[in-house]
Amino acid sequence: MGGGRGRAAGVRVEFTVNGRPRSAENVWPGESLLYVLRERMGLWGTKNACEQGECGSCSVYMDGELVCACLVAGGQAGGTEIITVEGLSGDGGLHPIQQAYITEGAVQCGFCTPGLVVATHQLLHANPDPSEDEIREALAGNLCRCTGYEKIISAVRAAATEMTAG
Amino acid sequence: MVEVNFAQRRPPALLDLSHLSEPKGWRRRNGAVELGAGVTYTRIINELGAELPALAIASRTVGSPQIRNRGTVGGNLATASPAGDAHPPLLATGATVRAESMRGVREIPIGEFFLGPKQSALEPDELIRSVSVPVARGPQQFSKVGTRNAMVIAVVSFAIALDLGRRSIGTGIGSAGPTPLEGSEAADYLNRELTGGGYWEEHRPLPRGVVDRFSELVASAADPIDDVRGVARYRTHALRVMSRRTLTWAWEAAGEGRPA
Ligand SMILES: Cc1cc2nc3c(=O)[nH]c(=O)nc-3n(C[C@H](O)[C@H](O)[C@H](O)COP(=O)(O)OP(=O)(O)OC[C@H]3O[C@@H](n4cnc5c(N)ncnc54)[C@H](O)[C@@H]3O)c2cc1C
Ligand code: FES
Ligand code: FES
Repeated sequence: MGGGRGRAAGVRVEFTVNGRPRSAENVWPGESLLYVLRERMGLWGTKNACEQGECGSCSVYMDGELVCACLVAGGQAGGTEIITVEGLSGDGGLHPIQQAYITEGAVQCGFCTPGLVVATHQLLHANPDPSEDEIREALAGNLCRCTGYEKIISAVRAAATEMTAG
Repeated sequence: MVEVNFAQRRPPALLDLSHLSEPKGWRRRNGAVELGAGVTYTRIINELGAELPALAIASRTVGSPQIRNRGTVGGNLATASPAGDAHPPLLATGATVRAESMRGVREIPIGEFFLGPKQSALEPDELIRSVSVPVARGPQQFSKVGTRNAMVIAVVSFAIALDLGRRSIGTGIGSAGPTPLEGSEAADYLNRELTGGGYWEEHRPLPRGVVDRFSELVASAADPIDDVRGVARYRTHALRVMSRRTLTWAWEAAGEGRPA
């Protein structure tokens, strides 16, 4: 879905991904940012699950705002700054949020995890010490079919403690 | 974009309005907020809670943070879904849509904007530039019933706006008919009672009978259907409850001089 096959009139799209300038050739205007990231740039951390904005697996930052990459047309991303889950920990190690998800047992199949990690990152950036209600509200756009969410909430709390301490 | 992802639509071209700066802003003009079509729900929540309380409350109920960061009132209006969450507040406050084409600009009162399910008064060559929403002059409320707290299309929704300046109230009903509805019979009834009874001059609790009659008229304005999200009888019942509650909250807030 969303592929450019058989379409002649593609465009060149340039934007910044995780701090590096990237570009893609021959992008069909209806192709999603999610498709461009995964299929053209090989950034498979951002997951494709529903392609309709319902599950949050494809959450990325676009110019500092949390968005569903499946709902952004590739062309619309031109000139913007995208940060994906791969870009959260600068040094190639794990970000404290990723570590907290592992430590707290908040990862089962793991398909929802990258999107949740990015959404958690956004939440803790805006609100370093969120209440449970605030966590639930902030993560309402991210579905998880495995964990039942309790451990995810524990992970967010653990990450918040770790990050405010460090 | 969802329709494009699922290949239900293959538009020959897409027109990206999100990089235009003017529709992305809002400004106050003549007692109204002129809200650019591209202002997102997140910005309405963060920036316009005091000026446009009902629209801000409704915006908080849209989708998820990710959806609110991208979705706009312009897109909601152009879609013209009977369930669009911006519509009841815009109806209750008497907003005006500014549509623009090569032929010029025209103003469409919100009451004349919704023509049928997903059909609006926009001509094929017209875009929405902005919507002008009167700044609140009294308490406003919005209420929405869904199957969970987030990510739900309204089963039914209701907005009420008290205008203490003009001494009138406005209402808007969502997801209970082929289009969003004004509920003007209910609003007219309440306006007559409030004016006739001198309630604007001297604030006191509304008699139970008036509140009940108002909520009956709201419920009977609706023309709901049975669908996957709810049956008509449930929608009518919920409307009765929501209109009674939101009127009571707003009227109490007015008595205490609170905004909502
Ligand atoms: C997961 C999910 C959850 C959602 N939840 C809700 C919800 O809770 N409540 C709700 O009301 N809606 C909801 N929506 C629907 C949608 O997000 C809203 O209707 C939103 O307001 C659309 O705005 P947009 O800017 O994204 O429009 P787009 O999707 O970009 O556009 C929608 C349509 O309007 C047209 N259009 C856009 N701007 C203009 C303009 N200025 N002039 C003329 N035509 C224009 C476009 O061509 C297109 O046909 C949801 C959608 C998704 C995917
Ligand atoms: S894949 Fe984008 S929200 Fe599910
Ligand atoms: S861990 Fe499997 S969907 Fe969340």
